[in-house]
Amino acid sequence: MASTATQEIDKKTSSSPVSIMPRLIRYAILIALDIGVFWFLTRLVALGYYPLAAAILIIAIFVNIVFLRKEAYPIRWMIIGLILMGLFTIYPIIFTVWVSFTNYGEGHLITKEQAVDQISNLKFLPEEGRAFSWTAFKSSEGDYALWLIDAEGNGYLAKPGEPVTQSQPGESGIGEFDDRGIPQTIEGYQRLNPFLAATDRNLTEVLFGEEGNTIQVRSPTEAAELLPLYVYDPDQDAMVNQETGTVYKNLRGTFTSSSGQQLRPGFVEQIQWTNFRNFFVSPALRGPIVRIVAWNFAFAFFSLLLNFSLGLAIAIMFNDVYFPFKKLFRSLLIIPYTVPALITILIWRGMLNPDLGVITHALEGLFGWAPPWFTDQFWAKMAILLVNLWLSYPYFMLINSGALQSIPDDIYAAAQVDGASPWQRFRSITLPLLLVAVGPLLIASFTFNFNNFNLIYLFNAGGPPMAGTPTPAGHTDILISYVYNLAFSGSRGIAYGFASAITIVIFFIVGTITLFQFRYTRMWEEVSENV
Amino acid sequence: MSSISAIQRLRTSSKAQYRFSIAVRMVIGVILIIFSVFPILWMISASLNPTGTLATQTLIPRNMGLGNYRELLTSQTFPFWTWFGNSIKVASITSVLSLAITTVAAYAFSRFRFGGRQTMLKAILLINVFPNLLALVATFLMISQFGDVIPALGLGTHTSLILVYLGGAMGVNIWLMKGFLDTIPRDIDESAMVEGASNWQIFTRLIMPLLRPILVVIAILNYIGTYGEFVLARVLLRSNESYTLMVGLQIFAGAQISQRWGVFAAGALMGALPIMIIYLALQDQIVGGLTQGAVKG
Repeated sequence: MASTATQEIDKKTSSSPVSIMPRLIRYAILIALDIGVFWFLTRLVALGYYPLAAAILIIAIFVNIVFLRKEAYPIRWMIIGLILMGLFTIYPIIFTVWVSFTNYGEGHLITKEQAVDQISNLKFLPEEGRAFSWTAFKSSEGDYALWLIDAEGNGYLAKPGEPVTQSQPGESGIGEFDDRGIPQTIEGYQRLNPFLAATDRNLTEVLFGEEGNTIQVRSPTEAAELLPLYVYDPDQDAMVNQETGTVYKNLRGTFTSSSGQQLRPGFVEQIQWTNFRNFFVSPALRGPIVRIVAWNFAFAFFSLLLNFSLGLAIAIMFNDVYFPFKKLFRSLLIIPYTVPALITILIWRGMLNPDLGVITHALEGLFGWAPPWFTDQFWAKMAILLVNLWLSYPYFMLINSGALQSIPDDIYAAAQVDGASPWQRFRSITLPLLLVAVGPLLIASFTFNFNNFNLIYLFNAGGPPMAGTPTPAGHTDILISYVYNLAFSGSRGIAYGFASAITIVIFFIVGTITLFQFRYTRMWEEVSENV
Repeated sequence: MSSISAIQRLRTSSKAQYRFSIAVRMVIGVILIIFSVFPILWMISASLNPTGTLATQTLIPRNMGLGNYRELLTSQTFPFWTWFGNSIKVASITSVLSLAITTVAAYAFSRFRFGGRQTMLKAILLINVFPNLLALVATFLMISQFGDVIPALGLGTHTSLILVYLGGAMGVNIWLMKGFLDTIPRDIDESAMVEGASNWQIFTRLIMPLLRPILVVIAILNYIGTYGEFVLARVLLRSNESYTLMVGLQIFAGAQISQRWGVFAAGALMGALPIMIIYLALQDQIVGGLTQGAVKG
């Protein structure tokens, strides 16, 4: 039905002359957009950001197709959402894969193009080469200017940071020439006599001219153009030192000479499976990673178990139409859920503070001992489970009480007639029916907790730290907080590549759980029926 | 006779039993309420404690006063209004734009039939399995690359943060929204179509007004989610003036939580209050949304 509607509209637009205007506007916008994208792409390619350039190119082509082809009319309604999703959700996933195969990180933070560019900026003063005779001028502020004369007798004016220009008297304040072709005056500057100039130590330090065309004083009689010290040779994939002839070959993202000398900065380079190999087999990393993965699963599982149990218990307790102040109870009980989690996690951190926190104090007052919540790994884990229980039970209370109400009463009545005990009723009626209803939410909650970065990071930043690990890791770190440490904590060097490799592992785990969710809860079938 | 009195006794005893069970449940409920409310009360009390450190706090502070609030609102290291303003700005823009994007897209999914429609819907569901928190590192690197070309889209800008939030917008709510749109009968559209209304007119004049209640709820949920988001903001924002409240609170807490506990608590409370009020006022709608799996787990 709706498709006929679309066709009608298309017929209308193609037949009536009035509607040419919108189409022209559409083309104009599309062309403007394409020009912008083209400019953006050239900049990205120049900087060596190929994956991003490719992604934007693909998205741009898609947008063009959508706006040029009539069949794609419905897609135009969602194009902005699709562009944003493509760029900021899908592309980062693909880019994660790309980064995981590189050494992106400390010492390798820029692209090869940028590194070659930076290294090429290093200059040296050649023994031979294009030389000038020079005369120095100095302004009252202490700025220098040079008048240069090349072998053919042409005169040039050179100032620091400005292009070197062939000049004649009368231009830019240049006075009359003397008999050797040197201007007697330059406006704002005073001519230095050759002896003073030759002994001026500052002068030999000054670089005249613009970047890429720089001139420096080499001797009392000569100034010469600086040349790049290193030149990139694409055939060897190496930088060649122009002064000594040393070849610096690209070795895993650093230009390295045969004697092991390295040129800084290094750059991002493909290193195949190294990051994954480190994750799975590196003996130094294996210890912490095995423990992190084990705790990650245990944390997600026990969180779910505890939070669900408490939530269910409360839901059953209050699942009674005649219960007094029911609404009030519920409002007060969902309070933990209403405060932004970040805030309550930090408040809990204060309350459990080892020296000053109220709970620590109270326990010490009562029992003379309080658990070392932050320094002992077991109690740190307990504290995290406790805080998570506080944060999440209201959610489970709400979904469970919703699900409980949907279980018909007559099933219970029938069970009572059959003489089932309350426990039997719970075991064989309530729980199975409830799990059918909230099962998908439980799995989603497991996945959420599996990646519950906020709790781990804000409560204790993954601490207490494990001893003797090559990268910072704590006893309560989960994979995602470990990734964050690797990429952003910076205390022992950032490792985007390795962090991304671990992210890929998380993707696989989350993907598997989700597959399980779709498979065993028949969610996918339901989805297929609903579309 | 004896059998009647026996039944009566049984009845009163079961009534007594019921009363007893209600009483027990009330007691347990009160204990649970203490568990759930205590941290919030503790936060309020800390914010009113004039000495303002973690060590000197008692549940009912002596010489209660608003000193911490005064310090909070004038402090240079803790520019509460700037951070709060940033949070409001980012959350408002994100929730409005994301609502617009999602509604229009959901309309197309609900009303048009086109090739690849089912595949796209399922793909969106699948992509949503991997929240953009997971690709944190790649997102960060990508935004820094953007910034090398267009600084206004680079690290440290609210624009980049909002764009990243919007990138996840469609995945989260499109199914929910499409579900609501599907419940609006097509007859309405068709009769309007006969009258010569365009799709856009039908969408804006007919469908949108019908959707308004649910749009408000989704926008608010989205707002709350964005307001409380921490990781992406922490990674993408760079300067004290650009932080959102959540990032600011975390940094403040990391630096001086035990000395300036009172100021921190005051800031945390003021930041939490708007959200708490919205939640408690809309709890019925939010519970409805929860069971549809629409918001955070």
